[in-house]
Amino acid sequence: MNTTDHLPDYREQSPEVAARFAKIKERPVVLEIDHLGRQFAGEHGSVTALRDINLKIHRRELVCVIGPSGCGKSTLIRIVAGLDQATSGRLLVDGKEVSGPGPDRGMVFQGYTLFPWLTVTQNIMFGLEMQGRAKTSARSEAEQWADLVGLGRFKDNYPAQLSGGMKQRTAIARALAANPRVLLMDEPFGALDAQTRCQMQSHLLEIWRNVDVTILFITHDLDEAVFLADRILVLKANPGEVQEIIEVPVPRPRRIDQIHSPEFLATRRRLDELIHPKSEHPPEPLPIIRLTQAGDDVE
Amino acid sequence: MPNRLLNVRQELTTRVRVVLTVLAFLLPLGVWSLVSYVPVIWGPMIKVTESGDVSWLKPGQLMDRHEFAAQVDKTIAEGKAPPAGKRANPIFLPAPHEVGRALYTAFTTKPVLKGDKWLHESIWTSIRTIFWGFVISSAVGVPLGILCGAFFSISRLTEPFVDFVRYMPAPAFGALMVAVFGIHLEPKVAIIVIGTFFQQVLVVANTVRKVDGGLLEAAQTLGARRRQLVLRVLLPASLPDLYNDLRILLGWAWTYLVVAEVVGVSSGITFFINQQAKYRNFDNVYAAILIIGFIGLTTDMALGFIGRRLFPWKDNRPSRLRNFIVRLFAARDICAFADKPLVVKA
Repeated sequence: MNTTDHLPDYREQSPEVAARFAKIKERPVVLEIDHLGRQFAGEHGSVTALRDINLKIHRRELVCVIGPSGCGKSTLIRIVAGLDQATSGRLLVDGKEVSGPGPDRGMVFQGYTLFPWLTVTQNIMFGLEMQGRAKTSARSEAEQWADLVGLGRFKDNYPAQLSGGMKQRTAIARALAANPRVLLMDEPFGALDAQTRCQMQSHLLEIWRNVDVTILFITHDLDEAVFLADRILVLKANPGEVQEIIEVPVPRPRRIDQIHSPEFLATRRRLDELIHPKSEHPPEPLPIIRLTQAGDDVE
Repeated sequence: MPNRLLNVRQELTTRVRVVLTVLAFLLPLGVWSLVSYVPVIWGPMIKVTESGDVSWLKPGQLMDRHEFAAQVDKTIAEGKAPPAGKRANPIFLPAPHEVGRALYTAFTTKPVLKGDKWLHESIWTSIRTIFWGFVISSAVGVPLGILCGAFFSISRLTEPFVDFVRYMPAPAFGALMVAVFGIHLEPKVAIIVIGTFFQQVLVVANTVRKVDGGLLEAAQTLGARRRQLVLRVLLPASLPDLYNDLRILLGWAWTYLVVAEVVGVSSGITFFINQQAKYRNFDNVYAAILIIGFIGLTTDMALGFIGRRLFPWKDNRPSRLRNFIVRLFAARDICAFADKPLVVKA
């Protein structure tokens, strides 16, 4: 702990970063979450999953949502996608209230959900065809997207023949091809191994820099949140409420070696404090003697 | 070796698979041959070779072993020439070579009575019955099943009644169908339809319901609407399983054939079997039953073969070569990935 004590305050921003945030705030608001709440009917009365969530995301901003498990972050993104209904509050895209799923809010799921009977190109074409585009023009655009996400060589492969990272790149291309205003990503890299996840994060930032899209990204990985986000929405559980919205002071463009920079570490430590608060009670000893004794040899 | 064969859920090598498949047919055939050609094993009858002085015995006649022994004792006691015979199986168990011969001769056996059919005509009638029954049932049952699988409202409206009718045995409708459709091919087709349709609706609906809901959600976020969700997601996603369902249901249709063909004017291969049994040509009976088996097995194998080509994406065991190529390029792609120039979208 002593080594991190000299870290700056996570709220301190360099002039460049501060200027960037000022610029972002001048941009129009693309997605507005307004006093959003969600209650589930439980066995013993209703359970509040989300309470009074407020968030305005500006154009081409990348916002991460992070929180302990069970804080309702998946529920939140499903409501934004229109796959779940809020019990209170409103959701606005470009100032217009929306309900139900629609192509203006594309989504990338943790489980890929690629259409297994379609090739990479055909998967990417799906959204374009739903919008009534002719097959030939949809195909040529889909092939460009496949190139963009580095799958040019696998255009005609079926999802079952792809690795996890390649599947998720196809899913990202499929969502982006439909030209959404907001790209919703629900722990998209959670199922990938650490190395691939790291590559995918850099890759996502590269795509995001080249495409006019606003991203709302759900994760439970602190490093991922700090590495990707402009702002981080920290939720707490029971009920799911906003704890804090952090403006990440790490300058862009982000590089993988920045994870050792003081800004990065300071932000990460703050997230750690919020999500894993220090318990006042030390953990109770394990009730099974055999288990506690087993520890002697390893330590 | 037996240890390796009995590993839980362990894939077999191609050679072992082929050997086991051949054995699957050879073993029953072996048992059958053993019982047929080694009379000591069973042989409850005696085939008379010489009648001796017993006037009512004729060579070639079959007789119970114990009765025959009593007859021999009696004749010897009377001082006459005893009959001779050898152990044989009952007439309803012909030997493999007899059935094998019948596979050919059954086609050349002239119909005994006027109105009886040649075997090939009988088979053709049966195939037509099955075909029309199955086509008519599927033409209504598959779309209805898909709608039931897609919409809970339609499912609630349809399935309770379908479930109710499903338990009524199809043969019970025989007399009714004759009254409605006459006595020829139509009521038989109707029995097949009744036997297949109601199961089909439920099976198809269940298969469609098993489609991963995540695919529907993904399609919705890509702008798919109701019609597209059914036609562009549910239908293609469940197609390989539907195809297999239909293969299984076609097998059921064959089992309904037997009852369907005794409705009205008996016809088809069942009628042939009944006639031949009446004339005690049991080798022909076995031949006809085997032919049904052959037709069923070959259609099923052909459909399976076509299915694997129709749904290449469903192949659980991709060829080793394809696997190798995919892995090869997957590795290269990751290396090549970092310096891949990005195309800016206009």
